[in-house]
Amino acid sequence: MTVIHDNLEATEAKMSARDVNVYYGDKQAIDSVSIDIPQKYVTAFIGPSGCGKSTFLRSLNRMNDTIASARVEGTIELDGEDIYKSGMDVVQLRARVGMVFQKPNPFPKSIYDNIAYGPKIHGFAEDKDDLDAVVERSLVRAGLWNEVKDRLADSGTALSGGQQQRLCIARAIAVDPEVILMDEPCSALDPIATAKIEELIDDLAGRYAIVIVTHSMQQAARVSQRTAFFHLGKVVEYGRTSDIFTNPLEERTKDYITGRYG
Amino acid sequence: MTDRTLPTRTPVFEKRLKQRYASERRFKALGLGAIVFSMLVLLFLLGTMTINGIGGFQRAELEVPIDFTEVGISGDAIQMEQGAAIQSLGAQGLQTVVEFYAAAALGEEAAAQLDANAWREVAREIIADESILRGTTTFELPASSDLAAGYAGEGSPEMRQLAGELSERGVLAKNFDPGFLTRADATNPQQVGIWGALKGSILTMLVTLALAFPIGVLAALYLEEYAPRNRWTDVIEVSINNLAAVPSIIFGLLGLAVFLWIFPNLRSAPLIGGMTLALMTMPVIVIAGRNAIKAVPPSIRDGALAIGASPVQLVFHHVLPLALPGILTGTIIGMARALGETAPLLMIGMRAFIATPPEGFTSPATVLPVQIFLWSDEVNRGFIERTSAAIIVLLLFLLLMNGLAIYLRNKFEKSW
Repeated sequence: MTVIHDNLEATEAKMSARDVNVYYGDKQAIDSVSIDIPQKYVTAFIGPSGCGKSTFLRSLNRMNDTIASARVEGTIELDGEDIYKSGMDVVQLRARVGMVFQKPNPFPKSIYDNIAYGPKIHGFAEDKDDLDAVVERSLVRAGLWNEVKDRLADSGTALSGGQQQRLCIARAIAVDPEVILMDEPCSALDPIATAKIEELIDDLAGRYAIVIVTHSMQQAARVSQRTAFFHLGKVVEYGRTSDIFTNPLEERTKDYITGRYG
Repeated sequence: MTDRTLPTRTPVFEKRLKQRYASERRFKALGLGAIVFSMLVLLFLLGTMTINGIGGFQRAELEVPIDFTEVGISGDAIQMEQGAAIQSLGAQGLQTVVEFYAAAALGEEAAAQLDANAWREVAREIIADESILRGTTTFELPASSDLAAGYAGEGSPEMRQLAGELSERGVLAKNFDPGFLTRADATNPQQVGIWGALKGSILTMLVTLALAFPIGVLAALYLEEYAPRNRWTDVIEVSINNLAAVPSIIFGLLGLAVFLWIFPNLRSAPLIGGMTLALMTMPVIVIAGRNAIKAVPPSIRDGALAIGASPVQLVFHHVLPLALPGILTGTIIGMARALGETAPLLMIGMRAFIATPPEGFTSPATVLPVQIFLWSDEVNRGFIERTSAAIIVLLLFLLLMNGLAIYLRNKFEKSW
């Protein structure tokens, strides 16, 4: 049973999951998770390896569909609309719920084309000037513009790891999503690049609902306002980040954040 | 400081270290030996082929000066289309003129050894340059295959003697024969050319590529990207792998039984040949294509899907461009195999004697390897060198094709 702190102020839920179970073949990875993702906050999922936090994250924009054996039960709503209902347009869903991955995965194309790809396929830009503006705006928001503005034609894969990850974030926000999912976005980066990404998450928080999976409890404490602690496929405890870290109600949460296991 | 012996300082360790280095040196030497051996074999092959084949681009020719001011041959005919012009010149007695001057310059015995079609070459030269009719020109005209054999030191003693005398007088020599690259098959080795077979090969390869490449790539994409994993796709996968291993003559029988049954009028046509070879090439492209598609990093797929690319956009914007170099490698292998294939084409009638280059995809044709096979089977010794020359042409064509494919592959690799 999930312990939900009762002092959460009434915020509008951007996404809400109810009794979600995810199976890989016969193996159950997520066990009746119910959780609300608030609008305009950063929500962190923490927990030991293999606890299902990435699996749950990937079911929020149906990236699990690409795994043949994966099966999702329960309802996940985006603005009150069930994203797993039949007739749901997955392409549109993923344009609304963007994702940034653990390992930076820029396309082997130019920096410009990396950003322009999303707006292009969705037809968001009327003409070249429009597209240029979207690319610039996205790179500025991702804090990468000053570093790359003179070499937009260079390959995205030629950037450093931290720059690549910010490029991927810029790519995600170029299609103007409502929610951004981040799956351990800093685990492949050095501390300086990590600091930059965290700063960026702070800047973006007011504009999008952000969900971040992280192994680093310090990171969760630094960037998020909400934290959910996952353990063995269940959400053990969910509440304000400050409460989870200073006043956990569950023994297992306390053990994890004090480093007794993980 | 204790006097503990470190394990890395013991004689046992040092001995083992030496053994390890020795085994590495042995392994390197063996590898180098293998490379050197294969290079030598290749050099030997190319060397003998070149030495034998160079002669194939030449032929024994007799020098015959003809003074056209003394004979009344009209140049009006040359306005006509080539076949008619040659006929018209023949009707005006050009053959007699050529034979007369040959007899005057070389003697009766040697003139009789002029190739029967020699006058046609004179006619062609007149058509190319009318001013010949207003003066004396020395023509290099093909000798008969008997005299050519005599010149090569083979054939009957009389011919050898005659050839010896003529070459001493400087009127019989082996000259480069540009016509070899423009003519088609003939019964006389002095008159054969490779263009007919080369054009047949080009047309056949075009059909093969046009069919096998798109079908192979689409099949590979579907199997990798869309097909569910079930018993049916397993069956299809096993079938494709087996298809790639089927002996090529079986494909020829299939072409005979199916394609020629549907299009009975297209026997020996490059279209049918290309279709048959496409059956053979397609599985190679499918297998190489699937491997190339599998090698596209999943992170790229995730990235594209996560910003809302549809499966088709994922395939055409990301997967296919990244897989293309690998697909092209498979295509090179498949096409090279198809180019060298003889057996299946024998079954569908591409071994017929065809004396004119094919006009299009539906006219009767032969291809280079079949031409080589046919010439190597000829009794006339004059064909031996021609066969080697044809092999050189085939190898050059193959090199050209592979070079083009490698160029394309590198180009696509760079732009990504």
